[in-house]
Amino acid sequence: MLKVTNLHVHYGVIHAIKGVNFEVNEGDIVTLIGSNGAGKTTILKAISQLIDKSDGDITFLDKSLSQYKPHEVVRIGVSHVPEGRHVFPGLTVLENLEMGAYYRNDKVAIKQDLQKVFVRFPRLEERKHQVAGTLSGGEQQMLAIGRALMNHPKILLLDEPSMGLAPILVKEIFNIIQEINQSGTTILLVEQNANQALQISDKAYVLETGQITLSGLSKELLNNDKVKAAYLSA
Amino acid sequence: MELFIRQLINGLNTGSIYALVAIGYTMVYGIIKLINFAHGEIMMFGAYFAFLLAFTLSFNLPFLLVIVLSMSFAAILGVLIERVAYKKLRQAPRISALITAIGMSLFLQHLAQLIFGSTPYVMKPLIDTTPVVLFNFAIPKLTLLTIGLSILFMLLLSFFVLKTKPGKAMRAVSQDKEAAILMGINVDNVISMTFAIGSALGALGGIFYAMTYSQIYPTMGVLPGLKAFIAAVFGGIGSIGGAMLGGYLIGIIETMTKAYISSKWVDVIVFGLLIVILLFKPSGILGKNTKEKV
Ligand SMILES: Nc1ncnc2c1ncn2[C@@H]1O[C@H](COP(=O)(O)OP(=O)(O)OP(=O)(O)O)[C@@H](O)[C@H]1O
Ligand SMILES: [Mg+2]
Repeated sequence: MLKVTNLHVHYGVIHAIKGVNFEVNEGDIVTLIGSNGAGKTTILKAISQLIDKSDGDITFLDKSLSQYKPHEVVRIGVSHVPEGRHVFPGLTVLENLEMGAYYRNDKVAIKQDLQKVFVRFPRLEERKHQVAGTLSGGEQQMLAIGRALMNHPKILLLDEPSMGLAPILVKEIFNIIQEINQSGTTILLVEQNANQALQISDKAYVLETGQITLSGLSKELLNNDKVKAAYLSA
Repeated sequence: MELFIRQLINGLNTGSIYALVAIGYTMVYGIIKLINFAHGEIMMFGAYFAFLLAFTLSFNLPFLLVIVLSMSFAAILGVLIERVAYKKLRQAPRISALITAIGMSLFLQHLAQLIFGSTPYVMKPLIDTTPVVLFNFAIPKLTLLTIGLSILFMLLLSFFVLKTKPGKAMRAVSQDKEAAILMGINVDNVISMTFAIGSALGALGGIFYAMTYSQIYPTMGVLPGLKAFIAAVFGGIGSIGGAMLGGYLIGIIETMTKAYISSKWVDVIVFGLLIVILLFKPSGILGKNTKEKV
């Protein structure tokens, strides 16, 4: 479904992504794990066309994504939940969700999707008229995910959804990710929390300083000695 | 008491103009963090457009059409300025964009001088000026119209920004550009729309200003532009409600100073106020006290 081939990204002279290849099959949860500065966010931004690649190719449903402008990517079914949530702090919860369906015009279907988001995140419905900037971190993460779902995506790109959350919330968020996947959305999950990410995903890639050093089925990587030593020690 | 009420009405008249112009400063600042110093010149061009439409055509356009057309031309001018001069500088250091804005302001002043010459045009009021008697006060129709139309347009703007989808998209872009792109919002178009609206309202302010003082000339936008900018800072730059409030406060402070102190003191007090705000409450009356995110 999503295929990244020989991806290179530079920030000025910094060579941040050095020839990355990976693939996400429809219906899967695929995780990209790696420590700080490995290049995870950069890869997601390159997929969303927020930054330019210097070489390589990214295709979604066999179409090259570089033909799209950044704001057009969401229209073909790619929703990106950025690192650090990035909810609109001055808009209400409801307005944030409306922005998630910004380019859509099918009012009835939008209403249904809104109901689905409220069923999945009852907290958001309780707080729908609250300004998003005053939500707690966990609530903001739920809003960011709910907002992305309002696009009715085929694939959901999640950048460290567990970042900064209490352990109990981390569990909840990972459960929700699994549920979203079970209801038919393919997921590319970027995480530092390797343990949880490997437990819910089908396939995994390990990223180190811009290169993929290991890949395989998630349950295999959970037992891999190198992975255990580097990422599962805590 | 009678003098006071009369001055209050004058203050509301001037304040309406400052408020209309201040909205443009604050909207543009809200969306691209730029003080658009050319905004006073858009105000000036708006007045020239109205003059040309009202007095040089071989047929008579109704007053409202003159206003709407002038606002539309000014909107186009504002969008052009952004696309030509500011767009490329969005990622550049603030100071480069600021210098460009000052350059654009001077460029437009001299362009107006080339086209129209530096002799002022006499702007006759576009409506009849017989006073209307209201609560025992004879108020010029122009004053009523200035205040009334300004408030009407501000209400329309508030509705647009708070309740409509493009208005919400505008707020979304001003709060988080990257997230807005991820929602599928075309940020370039939203920025153009912001310039268009701000410029149209600035032009309306310019037309009222020209009718109030009966003159149009290439540098007429400088002083009211600066004062409207102060009004925007006073109210809290980036806040549309703040710009409206700041505009009316500056307008009222100005007329009261003229009436009860001396007209010589007006500019000293208004510009002194700017310094005081910047010293004690840089975020303005309605501005958020949060540190600016870069
Ligand atoms: N805008 C930028 N300009 C210059 N270098 C950048 C920029 N953004 C990222 N980098 C560099 O690119 C590399 C990869 O960064 P990236 O943000 O993709 O890492 P990450 O894996 O997402 O890290 P984290 O887990 O901390 O979020 C880092 O070395 C980083 O310093
Ligand atoms: Mg990151």
